Amino acid sequence: MTTLTKTEDSPAPTGPESFLSVRDLKVRFSTEDGIVKAVDGLSFDVERGKTLGIVGESGSGKSVTNLTVLGLHNPLSSTVEGEILLDGQDLVTAAEKDMERLRGNKMAMIFQDPLTALSPYYTVGRQLSEPYMKHTGASKKEAKDRAVQMLEKVGIPQPRTRFDDYPHQFSGGMRQRAVIAMALMCDPELLIADEPTTALDVTVQAQILDLLRDLQQEFGSAIIFITHDLGVIANMADDLLVMYAGRAVERGTTKEVLGRPTHPYTWGLLSSMPRLDGDINEELMPIPGSPPSLLNPPSGCPFHPRCAYTDQVAGNLCADSRPTLAPGRAAACHLTAEQKQTIFIDKIQPRLR
Amino acid sequence: MSENLTLPAQQGSTGNPSSAETLLSVEGLTKHFPIYGGFPIKRKVGAVQAVDGVDLTVGVGESLGLVGESGCGKSTTGRLITRLLEPTGGRITYKGQDITHARRRQLAPVRSEIQMIFQDPYSSLNPRQTVGSIIKSPMEVNGIDPAGGREKKVRELLELVGLNPEHYNRFPHEFSGGQRQRIGVARALALNPKLIVADEPVSALDVSIQAQVVNLLKKVQDELGIAFLFIAHDLAVVRHFSHRVAVMYLGKVVEVGDRESIYNGPRHPYTHALLSAVPEVKVADEGEGEGEGRERIRLYGDVPSPIMPPSGCRFRTRCWKAQDKCATEEPPLVQISGNRDGHLTACHFPEGPTTESRGEDVVLDPALKALEKSAEKD
Amino acid sequence: MLQFILRRSVGAVVTLFLIGAATFFLFVAAPSDYASLACGKDCSPERLEDIRHALGLDLPLATQFWDFMSGIVAGRDFPDGDCPAPCLGQSFYYSENVWDLIVDRLPLTLSLTVGGIVCFLFVGLGTGMLAAYRRGTLVDKVATGASMVLSSFQIYFLGPIVLLIFVYSTGWMEDPKYVPFTQDPVGWLVGLSIPILVMSTIFTAQYTRMARSSIIEQLQEEHVRTARAKGMPRRYVFFRYAWRGAMIPIVTILGIDISALLGGGVVTELTFSLQGIGRLAVDGAVQKDLPLTMGVMLVGAFFILLMNILVDIAYAWIDPRVRLS
Repeated sequence: MTTLTKTEDSPAPTGPESFLSVRDLKVRFSTEDGIVKAVDGLSFDVERGKTLGIVGESGSGKSVTNLTVLGLHNPLSSTVEGEILLDGQDLVTAAEKDMERLRGNKMAMIFQDPLTALSPYYTVGRQLSEPYMKHTGASKKEAKDRAVQMLEKVGIPQPRTRFDDYPHQFSGGMRQRAVIAMALMCDPELLIADEPTTALDVTVQAQILDLLRDLQQEFGSAIIFITHDLGVIANMADDLLVMYAGRAVERGTTKEVLGRPTHPYTWGLLSSMPRLDGDINEELMPIPGSPPSLLNPPSGCPFHPRCAYTDQVAGNLCADSRPTLAPGRAAACHLTAEQKQTIFIDKIQPRLR
Repeated sequence: MSENLTLPAQQGSTGNPSSAETLLSVEGLTKHFPIYGGFPIKRKVGAVQAVDGVDLTVGVGESLGLVGESGCGKSTTGRLITRLLEPTGGRITYKGQDITHARRRQLAPVRSEIQMIFQDPYSSLNPRQTVGSIIKSPMEVNGIDPAGGREKKVRELLELVGLNPEHYNRFPHEFSGGQRQRIGVARALALNPKLIVADEPVSALDVSIQAQVVNLLKKVQDELGIAFLFIAHDLAVVRHFSHRVAVMYLGKVVEVGDRESIYNGPRHPYTHALLSAVPEVKVADEGEGEGEGRERIRLYGDVPSPIMPPSGCRFRTRCWKAQDKCATEEPPLVQISGNRDGHLTACHFPEGPTTESRGEDVVLDPALKALEKSAEKD
Repeated sequence: MLQFILRRSVGAVVTLFLIGAATFFLFVAAPSDYASLACGKDCSPERLEDIRHALGLDLPLATQFWDFMSGIVAGRDFPDGDCPAPCLGQSFYYSENVWDLIVDRLPLTLSLTVGGIVCFLFVGLGTGMLAAYRRGTLVDKVATGASMVLSSFQIYFLGPIVLLIFVYSTGWMEDPKYVPFTQDPVGWLVGLSIPILVMSTIFTAQYTRMARSSIIEQLQEEHVRTARAKGMPRRYVFFRYAWRGAMIPIVTILGIDISALLGGGVVTELTFSLQGIGRLAVDGAVQKDLPLTMGVMLVGAFFILLMNILVDIAYAWIDPRVRLS
């Protein structure tokens, strides 16, 4: 976890093992109703060959962050501040031409819905070959061989025949496999997976998750895995970042965050999830209220209107001042370490068995 | 098959005494959606066998979970029972009355007792009506005048589902997704139903909101004694909510039983695969190594098309235990030896009643097999 | 695909037959005497009887219908002269075979339509694409604003202004007229340039707006974003991915517009005093000329059905989901 020791406010030079380093990222959209602070001061690092899980609900800014990393945000309506360093190169200030050279090559993305992520107008094979030909200068034949090889790798039967099929001739699970194959065509060093299994059935999800994990071992890519499902992330990620209202509220290794969570929002997420092995008579403990509007986020800690523990913090601190996320294993919360410890042991831990 | 049908209701009393009396029973329920094509004159060339011979019972005040993956026909089943769709075949009996093909007029009293909650809280509420009139209209349509007037009743319902009764005159767009689903629940409760068919009521909601609605539904179920047919793909949510659970695959019920049996002693390989596929939040502890904990089953491919389902047992094409018999003979849904009363399984070669790891994983996916083999070599 | 075209063609023929039958019976069933209309103001009973006989109006209804329908396929004889197949009857007003009238007027209508399509497709779609590509820039704003203003114009307003400026006051150009293309291609172009330009100005504006909005819609599609995420250049994604999907709504509207123009651009023809199909339709309606109206209508219906089939073929060409289902 040495790479997570940088503070939000000091954009120190990145360590050798940190492949992607995001510093104090702010993304704002101007809409008719006002300015949406989709991402508000986010910092994180991803190491080579490791998986960072980003967990959050809709509107937490997790998807926006990753579109920004790829430079796919709408430049007309949004402003980006901060620093995104990929292997030492700043992506925020990079020219579009340079971004095009990186996208699909050094960094690739897997989108949520395989049905809409592939163009219905071209064959799967063509869509796979295109980036390979562009980035490596390979011939059509070489690209086809590579694509067939990748399709086989991700478990598409008869890849040479399926190469000429259109996406709608594939089933849902097969399409997501094709999307994964497409992302891996140029052997990317960073793979961003945005809810890659949310649109899939449970048994297919299990196949795809295992596939991604096995492929990572073989290809050694760093992965950013975005999801709202704590169960999915528990099996996928080495490190975890919990996002709420455009900010990181807790970070640490997956084991730390899920085993001994220290932020009330993480507690809420964990205790509102029914489990297969949980006590059936234990009532779920939902987080009251709904996620805030990013047009007009709450003052201080964005979670304070839904937080059950604000009365344990002296004064009006939760509503007045925004808690910082300390370096390393940390949570952005005004509760003291002892308070967190007590609450966790008394109220949260009994539910997590 | 029919002798097995009555079993669950009579015997499925494990942990739920109220299910002794059958409220709804479904026998051999079938829905085929015809496909037209051909030249020069279009004719019926096939059918999507969405639901193909489903048997279910729901006891008074009981909650039956209906789980399965997309295309298994669970939503269609819900729509057939509420008679939003016309069944192709089979029988639906509600309180002893056959409502399979009942006409509008005959159906009216039953309709008010069977209500539905939909998945999408955004599109299932009329945006031009106030919350008050949305909840009130079922009472108006059915000419019901509760004591104290309809408006009072609506305010009580709003309070019951955890909304502010003052919001009577607001419009759906002024509410969040979770609140809208509460409105949907209030509307379903307006006619004092005996049975609520809830079709994926929480799957469109964020995790933190999901639990709010699940708790609300549970409260409604416990306090008002309403029977539920709870349709969902999330096995953990269904487990939390249902007394009994039926597992569907390609238009058929493959296994049904009380919650305990289905989640801890499943017999059908598909139930095993489903449970094994649910991602667990638990982080492996230091002492726990490979081979411990839950069994790991990774199936091959996707669910086949319901247009031409496999012969015999429909799961055989993805099953690791399949033999020749599975292709020729359709396994009946019966209580196989070792099952508890009311626990029925449709399988020729059932698995052992445990979800524990079995030493070796069942991995049918060719890509996973190949990758894991090469990883082992290294 | 061939099967599909065959089925649609059979369907179109059946539809044409039904349209013919429907118009025939509507006119015949209508409580007005066409013979007296054809006879004119000072009409003697004998003359009326002659006309009735000449038009076949004294025959039973079924025979009349059979004569009409079989005439289209095999031709028929009138006392006034032959009417070879395809015979759509004789016009009362022009005292000519309807088919000959239509054949006579069709080249002008075709010229206007083809000329217009070439103009508004090139300019309209081009401008729309440019505006979408440079969305939010000055180019886009000018294109959007201009197309907004122009598309709310009407031919009968813009036409006379253009005529006034270029023909009547300056004399730079002659009155619009039709010269057959085979006779004098340059004269053909010059003669029709004003009507074509005026008509296509308004269409151009509409197509600019449509192209722009449907491309912008396509650019929001997830598969377009995927293509960008693969590192494909913006221009490539724009033309290969977004444009392809944007063509579907455009082709739909284009099919409707073309069939409407082929059925006769009445306003254009009247504004520039040209003799096309549209003018024929107006004559038929004003003179209560039953065979003429029916003939023009059938030709119009034929074009609509033809364009429908062509549009469906275009869908199949654009979208493999249509082709392969």
